[in-house]
Amino acid sequence: MSAPALSARGLQKSFGSLVVARDIELALPVGARYALIGPNGAGKTTLINLMTGILAPNAGQILLGDEDITALMPQERVQRGIARTFQINTLFPGLNALEAVTLAVAERRGLTRRFWQNVADNKEAIDEAHDILVKLQLDDCCYQPTRELPYGRQRLLEIALALATRPKVLLLDEPAAGVPQDESADIFEAVAGLSRDLALLFVEHDMHVVFRFASHIIVMVAGAMYTEGSPAEVAAHPGVRDVYLGTRKHG
Amino acid sequence: MALTQNLQSPQLYLQSLSRWRPAEIAFWLATLLPFVLAPNYLSLASQIAIAALFALSLDLILGYAGIVSLGHAAFFGIGAYSAGLISRFGWGEPLTGLLLSTLAAGLVGYATSFIIARFRHLALIMLTLGFGLLLAELANSAGWLTGGIDGLQGIHTWRLLGLFNFGLFGTTAYAYALAVLFFVFLGTRRLIHSPFGLALRGIRENWVRMSAIGAPNRAHIRTIYTIAAALAGIAGALLAQTTETVSLDSLGFERSAEVLVMLVLGGAGRLYGGLVGATIFMVARDQFSGIAPEYWYFWIGILLIFVVILLPNGVLGGLPNLIARWRRP
Repeated sequence: MSAPALSARGLQKSFGSLVVARDIELALPVGARYALIGPNGAGKTTLINLMTGILAPNAGQILLGDEDITALMPQERVQRGIARTFQINTLFPGLNALEAVTLAVAERRGLTRRFWQNVADNKEAIDEAHDILVKLQLDDCCYQPTRELPYGRQRLLEIALALATRPKVLLLDEPAAGVPQDESADIFEAVAGLSRDLALLFVEHDMHVVFRFASHIIVMVAGAMYTEGSPAEVAAHPGVRDVYLGTRKHG
Repeated sequence: MALTQNLQSPQLYLQSLSRWRPAEIAFWLATLLPFVLAPNYLSLASQIAIAALFALSLDLILGYAGIVSLGHAAFFGIGAYSAGLISRFGWGEPLTGLLLSTLAAGLVGYATSFIIARFRHLALIMLTLGFGLLLAELANSAGWLTGGIDGLQGIHTWRLLGLFNFGLFGTTAYAYALAVLFFVFLGTRRLIHSPFGLALRGIRENWVRMSAIGAPNRAHIRTIYTIAAALAGIAGALLAQTTETVSLDSLGFERSAEVLVMLVLGGAGRLYGGLVGATIFMVARDQFSGIAPEYWYFWIGILLIFVVILLPNGVLGGLPNLIARWRRP
C-alpha cells in the first residue's frame, strides 16, 4: 500500500500543564472520508491547527506523503497541498466570492507578484475560480460582497477557498457549524461530491451526518485518540456511547 | 442590477471594475482649474499636489494592506533631503534628482521592510513611530550635512526640461507637481487592480485566511512597503525642488500625523481618499490660519472629529451614504 496522504506520528502539544494533544497517531489515506469526533474540548481543532502549522507541536512528526512538514510555515504547507476550512468563518468580508477565489487561485499560480498587470487579464485563473464557484453553486451570488452573503453561502465559500489551493488533503473544521439542519445536508452533499483523489477529514457533531458521509471515524477524548474504526465499529464501541454518543440523542 | 451583472462573464466583470469612471475624468480635469481660476494660489496648489502624493503613498500601506504607520514622514524626509543634497552638490536637474531621491527612499524602505513585515497592530505603530523619531534626530544632529535646525540652504533647481523656470508664481511648480502626481496615480491605479493589489486587499481583509490560501503575507508586505516608501520619497523630493529648501519638519512626527489625518479625512483604501483629504486639509489650513494663525489646529481637530463620527469611512466613503439617506423620503 502506498504512503498515506497525511500522517501524524506521536504528536504532543501542551499549554503549560494542560495537555491538548497526547501521542496522536493518524494516517489519512488517499481518497479518505474520515470524520473526527469527540466532545467539546477534546482537541479536534487543536489537531487541525497542528497539522496546518498554526500551532507547533512539542514533539512528534507530521508527514505529507513522504515529506516531513513539521517545521514548515502554514503557507508552505498549503503550497504543498494541505488546505483547511475554519469552524468560525474566516473569509474576506470586503471582497466578493469571485475576487476571493480568484485571489486564492492567483496565489497558487504565483501570479500575485505581478503588480503591473490587470487581474482581468488572467483569464485562465478567473475561469478556474469561476468553475469552483459553479461547482459549489455560488456562481449566482459571486459578485456580491462576502459580508452580504447568507451564512450558509459563506460556509460554502470557506470550502471554495480551500479547493482553490488544489489540495491533496482537505481538513474541514465543522463545515456546517451554525447552519440550520436542512441546509447542512447541502453542504455535506457538496463535500461528498469532491474528487476521490482528495484525502478528506472533517470534524462534525451531528451523528446523522457523520454516519452518512464518513467511511472511517476517529474519536478523540481529552487530547488523545480514544478509538477509531468503521462507523459500525465505532457505533458498537461501548465506551464511545458513554463518552460521546451517550450524551446525545442518537437514532 | 444583479441580473445584468450575472449576464457578464466573470472576466468582463473584473475588467469593468478597473474602467475609468466619468467622475474620475472630471476630477483630473478639475485639477487644471487653478491655472485659470486661481493663478495667485498656484503655490498652494502645488503644496496640495505634493501632500496628495504623500497621502496616496500612505494609502497603499494603510488603506490597502492595513499597515498603520506613524512614521511615514521618514521617507518623505529622505526624499526631500536627497533631492536637496543632490542640488547642493551641484546637480540641479529636477527629473534625475527626483529619480535618485526616489531610489534613496525606496532603498531605506526596503531595508526597514524586513522588520516591518514581522510585526502587526500596536507594535507596528510603535516601530514606525520609533523609526521616524530616530531619523528626525539623526538629521538634527548631522548639522554638517542637513543644516540641522536652520534647514538645508542653497538649493537651486534648474529649469524643468531645460525650458521652464521655477519662478515665484508657482506655475511651473504646480504643473510639475501635478504631472508627477498624475503619473504616480496612474501607476498606483494599475497596481490596485493587479493580482498583487488583490492580494493586498486580502491581507487587509483577513491575514489568517491569506496564510490559509498559501499567500506569502510577509513578502507582499515587504514589496508594498518599499513601493510606498519610494512614492513618499517622490513627494518629499518634489517639495525640496519646488520650494528650494528642506527643513527638519519634513521628516518630523507632525508630518507623519498630518498625512494620516488627511487620509482619514478623505477615506482610506479608495485611491482618491488621499487626494481629496489632502485638498480639504491644505485648504482648511490655509483658511483657518488666516483667521487665527495660532489656533488653526483647533479647527482641524473639530473637522477630524466631525468626519470620524459622521463619515467613518472618510468624505469619499461616507458622502454617498449621507446623500442617499438625505434623498430617501
